[in-house]
Amino acid sequence: MAKAKTKSNAEDYLRMYRQMVRIRTFEDNANQLYLSAKMPGLTHMYSGEEAVAVGICEALTDSDRITSTHRGHGHCVAKGAEFKEMFCELLGKEEGYCRGKGGSMHIADQSHGNLGANAIVGGSMGIATGSALRAKLQGADDVTVCFFGDGATAQGLMYEVMNMAALWKLPVIYACENNGYSEYTKTEEIAAGSITARAEAFGIEAHKVDGQDVLAVNELAQKLVARARKGEGPFFIELMTYRYHGHHVGDINRAYYRSKDEERDWKDNRDPIVRFRSYLVQEGLASEEEIEAMNAEIEQDATEAVAYAEAARYPDVSEVDMHVYAD
Amino acid sequence: MREITLSQAVNEAIAEEMRRDDTVFLLGEDVAEAGTPFKVLSGLVEEFGTDRVIDTPISEPGFVGMAVGAAMTGARPIVDLMFGDFIYLVMDQLCNQAAKQHYMSGGKLTVPMVLRTNMGATRRSAAQHSQSLQALVAHIPGLKVAMPSSAYEAKGLMKTAIRDNNPVVIFEDKLMYQDKAPVPEEEYLIPFGVANVLREGTDITLIATSSMVQVCEKAAAMLAQEGISAEVIDPRTIVPLDEDTLLASARKTSRVIVVDEGHQSYGITGEIASRINEKAFYHLDAPVLRMGAMDVPVPFSPALEDITVPTPEGVVEYARKLMSGEMIHAA
Repeated sequence: MAKAKTKSNAEDYLRMYRQMVRIRTFEDNANQLYLSAKMPGLTHMYSGEEAVAVGICEALTDSDRITSTHRGHGHCVAKGAEFKEMFCELLGKEEGYCRGKGGSMHIADQSHGNLGANAIVGGSMGIATGSALRAKLQGADDVTVCFFGDGATAQGLMYEVMNMAALWKLPVIYACENNGYSEYTKTEEIAAGSITARAEAFGIEAHKVDGQDVLAVNELAQKLVARARKGEGPFFIELMTYRYHGHHVGDINRAYYRSKDEERDWKDNRDPIVRFRSYLVQEGLASEEEIEAMNAEIEQDATEAVAYAEAARYPDVSEVDMHVYAD
Repeated sequence: MREITLSQAVNEAIAEEMRRDDTVFLLGEDVAEAGTPFKVLSGLVEEFGTDRVIDTPISEPGFVGMAVGAAMTGARPIVDLMFGDFIYLVMDQLCNQAAKQHYMSGGKLTVPMVLRTNMGATRRSAAQHSQSLQALVAHIPGLKVAMPSSAYEAKGLMKTAIRDNNPVVIFEDKLMYQDKAPVPEEEYLIPFGVANVLREGTDITLIATSSMVQVCEKAAAMLAQEGISAEVIDPRTIVPLDEDTLLASARKTSRVIVVDEGHQSYGITGEIASRINEKAFYHLDAPVLRMGAMDVPVPFSPALEDITVPTPEGVVEYARKLMSGEMIHAA
């Protein structure tokens, strides 16, 4: 765990812890909805990667923007979204963030600067870079973070937009969540050479960080966001992390591509929430009781939001051809 | 009224809108000092600077994707896609990203961008620089598609496209860039979804897009000499489509030929013909005919290329057959 310089950030730390637990709790509930056949379709769990989304989004303001991925619930929560509207969206209900039209893979919350999850792997890299171009043309100091996985580094679009971002010094941070697997295939089988070196080839400053250490991620993100605001961007971060579930909730039998021992090792020894919790207690920033109370409150919030979403209305059928075109 | 070229008309439309709204900017390959290979954008970088007229690397998916992101965050980008054939390169950004953001977000996100590109064969540019691919994008809900048929149309439709809150694809006929037409000095816009009846007639309706409007006007003049009165209609935008005007004409004349430079199979002509069959069937005296480009890649040799696209003579021949009843029992 990266050492905090002072304890004056107690409030920030507790918020980071809370946001990580909120993500894990959201995902546990979403998984249950799938397993109990209450959720239409499939979803991709962010569990295990919480420190990445939280460490980065805690360095951003609401006017800073992110683009997210098919594995996007974590980014959405970390950028400030509410459980109720998120569960409603996952269940296709009218009160969802997208009125039930997007679902898990397209959840967007532009009021907090989340330009949306994207079901095309690497599909949002242009959008993120364009958002940064917009900030620059506008003379605003907003920063855009583009989240994507190691799998997306195989898409050509990434190299096209990194080239332009570097040429034009755009305030964008490319955050590569390297969870070791490109869907059902080990990253080492799909990625030649070094991922950070690819960004460096464009003259983009690239960093590699332990994505299970929320303080390390946040410390780096704070620095890079501040520099991007001053026009020193773009930047690239490779965050080493791990996906606890399969590629999606239905990917249960996965021994053919990764071992149970490996999964157990990450969960038992490198869990970002467990690690940060011990740190908070050890440093006297929170007691075990306070943490248990926080966890219970979040669990309660989630339970209530799920119940609300289950009871909520579906959109009226008249909405089916609404929002195809804007007025 | 003064006459200007289609190229100048597009240039004026963009310049006027850039002066009016500082969120409008241009992005694409060689759009600045070069002013595009067709010189359509010449002079804009001198007036608006390189912040608003941005030369990109040759990275079509990249800069179209960036336009989508800029549009989602408050700008009104005009993306220049040097040749219509390059649409294949940007399909994900255009059809999966730009077209769907508004719907997927339940109406929260909008993508007010213009993708201006071109179409049209017979420039001896062969199979990868001559296609007319409007049907590909017209198929995708969320995109609007405009097809100007003259300098006047090009200016008015471009200004409307820039102010529209949706992604709009404009196909300019690259063979018409130097064609002049009367264009008023005063500002005007042409609304989307309102067809233009260029010539009124009573015997047969010729529905034509873009380059095919000139073809059909010539055909109509030739038919007039034979005593056949042809009505010529330009839909101007194929999405949205002014179905009412097309159907009213079909009901009046009872015979229709639809002409578009895209490949004939699974194309614009088939779509319009179907709508007329479905909604004006009892008013028709003959099957609605389609005339598109031949279903072959565009060949290089002039001897071959010229026979792949509809011509005035070809339209006249079809019209005569329809009038004489030859096409009624074709089966």
